Amino acid sequence: MRKRKLGTTVLLATVSLVLAGCGGAKVGEDSGGGGGGGGADCGDFNIAVNPWVGYEADAAVVGYVAEKNLGCNVTKKDLKEEVAWQGFGTGEVDVVLENWGHDDLKKKYIDDQKTGVRVGSTGNTGTIGWYVPPWMAEKYPDITDYKNLNKYADMFKTSESGGKGQLLDGDPSFVTNDAALVKNLNLNFKVVYAGSETALIQSFRQAEKDKKPMIGYFYEPQWFMLEVKLAHVKLPEYKTGCDADAEKVACDYPPYDLDKIASKKFMDAGGPAADLVKNFKWTNDDQNLVAKYIAVDKMSPEDAAEKWVKDNKSKVDAWLPKS
Amino acid sequence: MTTTVAPPTTPAAEPVPAPARARGPRRWLAIVSILAGWLVFFVIFQGRATLELAPAQLTGLHRWFNDLNDTIGANRNSNPIFLYFFNEIRLVIDNLVTGFQYLVSKPIAGRGVPLIGWLGVVAIAGYVSWVFGNVRVAILAVAGFVFFGLQGLWEESMDTLALTTAAVLIALVIGIPLGIWAGMSPRVRRIITPVLDFMQTMPTFVYLAPLTLFFLIGPASATIATLIFAMPPAIRITAHAIAEVPPSTREAADSLGATGGQTLVKVLLPMAKRTIVVGINQTIMAALAMVTIAALIDAPGLGKVVVKALQSLDVGTAFNAGLAIVVMAVVLDRVTTAAGDRAGLRLRGAAGVSSGRQRRIQVAVGGVVALACVYLSYTYVWAAEFPVDWNIGPWISRTTSDITLWIQDNLSVITNDLRDAITTSVLNPFETLLTDSPWWLMCAVIIALAYVLGGVGAAVAGAVCLALVLATGVWHDAMTTLASTLVATVAVVIVGVLVGVWMGRSRRADRVIRPVLDAAQVMPAFVYLVPFVALFGPSRFTAIVAAFVYASPIVIKIVTDGIRGVSPTTVEAATASGAGRWQTISKVQLPMSSRSLTLATNQGLIYVLSMVVVGGLVGAGALGYDVVAGFSQGQLFGKGLAAGFAIVLLGIMLDRITQAAARRTGRTAG
Repeated sequence: MRKRKLGTTVLLATVSLVLAGCGGAKVGEDSGGGGGGGGADCGDFNIAVNPWVGYEADAAVVGYVAEKNLGCNVTKKDLKEEVAWQGFGTGEVDVVLENWGHDDLKKKYIDDQKTGVRVGSTGNTGTIGWYVPPWMAEKYPDITDYKNLNKYADMFKTSESGGKGQLLDGDPSFVTNDAALVKNLNLNFKVVYAGSETALIQSFRQAEKDKKPMIGYFYEPQWFMLEVKLAHVKLPEYKTGCDADAEKVACDYPPYDLDKIASKKFMDAGGPAADLVKNFKWTNDDQNLVAKYIAVDKMSPEDAAEKWVKDNKSKVDAWLPKS
Repeated sequence: MTTTVAPPTTPAAEPVPAPARARGPRRWLAIVSILAGWLVFFVIFQGRATLELAPAQLTGLHRWFNDLNDTIGANRNSNPIFLYFFNEIRLVIDNLVTGFQYLVSKPIAGRGVPLIGWLGVVAIAGYVSWVFGNVRVAILAVAGFVFFGLQGLWEESMDTLALTTAAVLIALVIGIPLGIWAGMSPRVRRIITPVLDFMQTMPTFVYLAPLTLFFLIGPASATIATLIFAMPPAIRITAHAIAEVPPSTREAADSLGATGGQTLVKVLLPMAKRTIVVGINQTIMAALAMVTIAALIDAPGLGKVVVKALQSLDVGTAFNAGLAIVVMAVVLDRVTTAAGDRAGLRLRGAAGVSSGRQRRIQVAVGGVVALACVYLSYTYVWAAEFPVDWNIGPWISRTTSDITLWIQDNLSVITNDLRDAITTSVLNPFETLLTDSPWWLMCAVIIALAYVLGGVGAAVAGAVCLALVLATGVWHDAMTTLASTLVATVAVVIVGVLVGVWMGRSRRADRVIRPVLDAAQVMPAFVYLVPFVALFGPSRFTAIVAAFVYASPIVIKIVTDGIRGVSPTTVEAATASGAGRWQTISKVQLPMSSRSLTLATNQGLIYVLSMVVVGGLVGAGALGYDVVAGFSQGQLFGKGLAAGFAIVLLGIMLDRITQAAARRTGRTAG
């Protein structure tokens, strides 16, 4: 009996809730606008988002402009590089906005399978190399030249480096010549693979905070540089072709002109989104700023993009198709 | 989880009678002489024939895998198998997942919200839990689902729920019939077991990229990745349940003239129902374990939040999302467990559980209430979108970040010393022994040990696996990984026994510790990688600690179970005859639960091994790094695949040896 009473109470409560709830706003009443009134017929626009914050910044801004100014239906897909390039052929990915070299992928997807096309530079220059935390560069000014590294090798010993100095490599998605470099430059170091960008950044952060010696592979533009400005270690200067034989490399990494790669189908079809991809170009400082909004200030990519776009109207206008 | 005790690999294979050789002291003598011989040969041959391969170096097999991958990629658009087979599968699964998403998570154009809002989902969750479980789990479900909203992760949680539901449904639709078949036919079971082992131990990273070749980028690939890992428990446990039905029952049905179908539907399935629910439970847990990894190929949901947060090392946000996964796992676990218990009680016709007019009225009333909530959430904004003002997510993130930071700042000195001490005194010497022994010496030692511990069968399994590891071309890395794996397992078993005994003897300790164990098992490893790297630096030791966190819960739970399984009268008899606490534990409780101890060791090994890839992300190198690099770099794909195979082979080898050993201890002790 008691239970039935309970049921009745619950039922009554619900009925009254339903009645009370009827006062609220109804779904779909106010959301008529939607697209924001984009002019040209833009259609679907699939942006691959590779897993680093700088790329996220590119994608946020391009996606924001495509959606708000061009009225595109933007879909962002979180993918690793290789998987993203695969998507050109199947029509699942329209554009990769920030590509670091990847000559192997270019050969496979642009030259052989002909599903991707080069769309030119993003205006960003990528630097890859060896870095030390700033406190070391200050305390040992000559450490930023590779010739002096052997002198300090002992400091860099860890449990992983087998009695030599440890050179910490990071994310396996970046091509590294470090093992060959160590050998060919006769350095008393051993390459240890941190295995992920996360582990690499955390190690640098810890090294700077605890004033612990550390040397590792890193790159710019990277949001972490805004938190801790790592010092670049000079390797023998890069000359075209000096890295041709991977086994015999004894020179620095080349400067990377970060470029945009798009699906051939997408570019051939044209349209406002394709024009935007073609025109999109900004500086390392621009990207770093948006990356800082996201990574350090913890803004959502959308908010970060909105803020930057509002502050940089003239740059954005230059990307938009003229009409 | 309460029921995660069911092992991921062959649970309690049927005991095969084998002549008991080398018992007791003689067996120990054999082991000691094998080890001594190993050391002698090691000193003579150290550093020769170690088959080392540089990180970027490839073998013919690796190149062949690469070419195969490229060929598939180049021809997928013209090949009829893709056009008419894989594409169709993809379409069906994509539609299923997107359907679920439109129901609970994905905003529909024009509405701006999904069909059912938060209130409706919460009501359904509570109602379903109550109907199939009981009032307690219904309250838990409601609280858990509301918590997702409070965390500010409603949509993400529902995405995860939608994808998990789709994956679990498909896993059950395929897995339960397969399991029934395997349960009725031992031959099918023998064929299917290695396949299931393979599905469960092959690191997901290995097949993630190829999956998107077959099923494109999107929900289908993510669902299938989840499916591959989550289906085996459903098959195994269903098969186990069917096989457990006493033959006499089956014969009775036959003699009454029941057809095969009738026996199945009227006798076997009802009797196996309770255990099958355990299988469903395990499938759900396994599916949730894949949430973060599937996010790497754009699977929507909580995993994405974790992965994105880690790009900027935002531990707090990653933890918040990880916590939602844990809560979802706990809710689903408790609800399915309660449903299983109910099924069991109903089978025995226990009073107060089943049917009756009153119950039917209650169910109907509850259904009306749930429907009303669904209607509200369909119609009104307040019931559709979770109120933003109630968001405690940022608070959880901030607090976690603060705590982690404090720990990192204050403990990293001690932890670094600990790492160095253990690495130099234990890990390095042991690893050198394994990696610097010539390959033929290692093979001989392992096969000999397998023979002494487990008999001929184990030795043969070991030999086959080792030969295949040699063929993968990553022998040296495999030995490095094996060393870390064994060290981690020893640590896991030691702590597992200590805590397990404690929990087995004290209900109160059990009540406090068990939720922590549940959380450690389900919390995605990605969440705690950052603090671990901060504490221990990128190193093999860090990987061992991560494996320890993941693997010790299962070991502790099994040991607890074993200790509790010792009959109370025996324990009382021991205490009565004047045995102290330590004597009771060491002379009575531990020896009497020796079968659980070996099972715990077996599971510890398998769980540690499943963390090898995660270890690769924090500096463990070796096989884990090979797999991660293979996922990231096209030209290393083949090597990653080979490393994946090596992990599977190590897993199967260790599993077969420990299981054979377990069967023997079971016999000698029991």
